[in-house]
Amino acid sequence: MQGRKIFKGKVVGEALVTGEDISFYGGCDPETGEIVEKGHHLEGKSVSGKILVFPTGKGSTVGSYVLYALKKAEKAPLAIVNRTTDPVVAVGCIISEIPAVDQIDISRLETGQRVEVDANNGVVSIVE
Amino acid sequence: MKLELTKEENEMLEGKQGKATRKAMEIITTLGEIYGAEKLIPVSSVQIAGVSYHNLGEAGLEFLSEMAEDGRTRVLTTLNPAGMDMEEWKKHGISEDFALDQQRVVDTFEKMGVITTCTCTPYLIGNLPHYGEHIAWAESSAVCFSNSVIGALTNREGGPSALASALTGRTAEYGLHLPENRIAEVKYEIDTDLTETDDFGLLGHVIGGRTGRMIPYITGIRHATMEQLKSFSASVATYGGVAMFHIEGITPNRTTIPERTEVITREDLNKARATLDDEMAIIDFISVGCPHASIKEIAEIAQMLDGKQVTEGKTVWITTAKPTKDLAIKMGYYDKIERAGAFLVADACCAVAPLEGRFTGLMTDSAKACFYARGKNKFKTEIRTVAECIKEALS
Repeated sequence: MQGRKIFKGKVVGEALVTGEDISFYGGCDPETGEIVEKGHHLEGKSVSGKILVFPTGKGSTVGSYVLYALKKAEKAPLAIVNRTTDPVVAVGCIISEIPAVDQIDISRLETGQRVEVDANNGVVSIVE
Repeated sequence: MKLELTKEENEMLEGKQGKATRKAMEIITTLGEIYGAEKLIPVSSVQIAGVSYHNLGEAGLEFLSEMAEDGRTRVLTTLNPAGMDMEEWKKHGISEDFALDQQRVVDTFEKMGVITTCTCTPYLIGNLPHYGEHIAWAESSAVCFSNSVIGALTNREGGPSALASALTGRTAEYGLHLPENRIAEVKYEIDTDLTETDDFGLLGHVIGGRTGRMIPYITGIRHATMEQLKSFSASVATYGGVAMFHIEGITPNRTTIPERTEVITREDLNKARATLDDEMAIIDFISVGCPHASIKEIAEIAQMLDGKQVTEGKTVWITTAKPTKDLAIKMGYYDKIERAGAFLVADACCAVAPLEGRFTGLMTDSAKACFYARGKNKFKTEIRTVAECIKEALS
C-alpha cells in the first residue's frame, strides 16, 4: 500500500490495529505503553514494540511528549500507520524518531499480521 | 504542490545549522506537508506552551534539554505559565521537589534564549505583534486574542511546534496564515447586555460549544474592554476549537458577513452558567486571573480587599505575569492584596499548578478555569463576577 512518509525508517513487526482514534496524553501510560483510556478498543493492550495502526490522533498537544517518553523508556511503538496523521502524533514521531506513514487504507490491516513499514518510501506491506 | 524550501531552509533541514535546528525544521516541514503548505514564512514572534513541569514531566524536560544543547531562538519568544510563582512558591504551598523540577524547565528555556517570564498574556508584557504580522503562538487563549483582537496571524501551535518556530524563525504557510481561511462562517447576534468578565466567559462557552471549529461573526456587542475580550478568547478556545472570531465594530479583521444567523439570549448565558456551577460546591479556593490579570484588574481587586481579611479556610490566588506583579508592588496593590490574606501569584495559574487534592471547590470569573479545575484537579466550580468572587473570599 502506498502512503505518505511522516517520519523516516524501515521496520518489520507485528501489527496492533484499532478503528478508534488514540489520545496519547491521558490515554496511554507513558511508562509502560499500555492504553489506559476507559472503554477504548485497545484498553489494557500495550503499544510497545508494535506496528501501531489507528485512524488518527486526538487530544492534547502534550501527547507528543508521551510518545517521546515511551521512546526513552524503550516502550514506544515500532512504527505508526494512520489513515491521517494529526499534528500531535506527527510531532511526537519526529521528536521520538518513530517511523510513521499515513494515507493508508487501514481497514486492510489486522492485528497479529506481520507488516513491513518502509516509511522512507511511504510504503506499508503485509509480509505474510 | 510540493513544499518548496529556500537555500537557507534546506541548510537548516540538512543539519548545517546544528542538531536542534534540524529537528525543529523537520517538525515545521512535516506539518507543512501534512497541511499542503507550498512554502515556509518568517515569523516575528513566538509563544511557547508546555512549561509547567506538572504537564511536561521528565520526558518533556529531556526533550527540551536535548534541544537546548545547541538550539537558540531566532525571534522574540516568550513562555506560558509555569506550575508556580518562580520566586514566592514556598508560601503558596508548592513542594520543594516540584520547585526544583520547575526551575530546571525554566532554566532550559532560558538557555535557548527564551524570555522566561511565564504568562498566558504575552501581549500585555512586551510580546505584542501588530496587525497582519505572521507569528507562531501556542496557548489557545493567546492564539485567539492575537488572531481576533490584534489581527496578527497564527495557527494553534503545540509546545514542540512553537519551539520549532522559535529555533528556525519560520512556520509553514497554511491555515490561518492564509487570508481565505480567516473568513467568518456563522453569525451570532447577541441579544443581551454583557457587563462583566464572567459574562464574556459564558458567551465563549455558548459560542464555542455551538460553533466547533467554524469562525464566528458576532454582532450586538456595543463595548468590550481588553479584559473582557481576553476572557472571551480563553473561553471560546476552550469550549470549541475556535482559533479566531470577529466582533462587529470591535475587532479589526475584514470578512464577509455570513448569512446563517443564530441569536444568543440571556437565557443561553444562564444555561451556560448552570453547567459551570456545581451543586453543593463548597468554595475553599477563589482564583481570578485566567487569563493572567491586567494591572487594571489588580488595581480593582486591591481596592476591594483593602483593609479587609480573607476568611479562614479560604485561599485566594490572583494570578498574573511577573512584570505586572512588579508594577503592582510599586503601586502598593500587592501590599493591599497580601495584607488581606490573599496571594498575588506571578508566573503560574490555577490550571497548571499542582493543586489536585488541596482544595474542593473553586470560585472564579473564568469559564476556562472552570474547565481545567474540573478536569485536572477534580474541583467543583462556580463562576461569578470578580466582585462576587472577592465577596465570597471575605464571607
